[in-house]
Amino acid sequence: MAGKKTILVACGTAIATSTVVAKAIEEALEDRGISANIRQCKAAEVPSLVDDADLIVTTTPVTVDQDVPVIHTLAFLTGIGKEDVIEQIVEKLQD
Amino acid sequence: MKALGNLLVKSAILLDYQAQDAEDAVSELGERLQKAGYVKDTFVKAALKREKSMPTGLPLNGEVNAAIPHTDVEHVVKAGVAMATLTSPITFQNMAQPEESVSVRLIFLLALDQPKAQIEMLQEIAGVLQNPKLIDSLMKAHTPEEAIEIICRNEE
Repeated sequence: MAGKKTILVACGTAIATSTVVAKAIEEALEDRGISANIRQCKAAEVPSLVDDADLIVTTTPVTVDQDVPVIHTLAFLTGIGKEDVIEQIVEKLQD
Repeated sequence: MKALGNLLVKSAILLDYQAQDAEDAVSELGERLQKAGYVKDTFVKAALKREKSMPTGLPLNGEVNAAIPHTDVEHVVKAGVAMATLTSPITFQNMAQPEESVSVRLIFLLALDQPKAQIEMLQEIAGVLQNPKLIDSLMKAHTPEEAIEIICRNEE
């Protein structure tokens, strides 16, 4: 797919956790010269927004029936495995 | 970490607290935020309910694990953060895998009044969570002033 890709960043309330995750992804992609649309939402909103997304990054379990890759991670909060997750995100965006 | 330091509510910092369980800790911290005028009387109940359906326990790199309970903005009057260090761990469920338990000794209860706001403070909390040395010093703090000072002094 050509053009800018969209990452849906989900957490429980779309207030705290996804704010940290969205900002961290934005900065990591900027460092790599990649631009993407990053959209925050509640886990419960994922099913209604997934059609416009190329990738979902979530800290909490989400239900996705569509064929959109999901990265389920706490790395942007805890720091554990953060570099690996950033690599995964970059890879998925290039698919 | 000035943003977090400024939002920490001194009267809602409990150090070496002995909590019965997660409900006890969240209630005590939430009631203190309420007394200090940061949250409405619906906050504690809402935070506990959310913790049940979407838990906030985070397994960390060091010896101490943390939880960051919070709830929707409608229960909040103004932004503030309550904090507790616990003498013995209590059980929260893992944010990513709710069926998994996490033994928690550090809690930040977040009162956020706008979605997507307080980015700096939230990033600083993530900074604390990713810094086992800083957590060690926080666990040794004996007064709220000392805890705020440790956080403000940290530049990472």
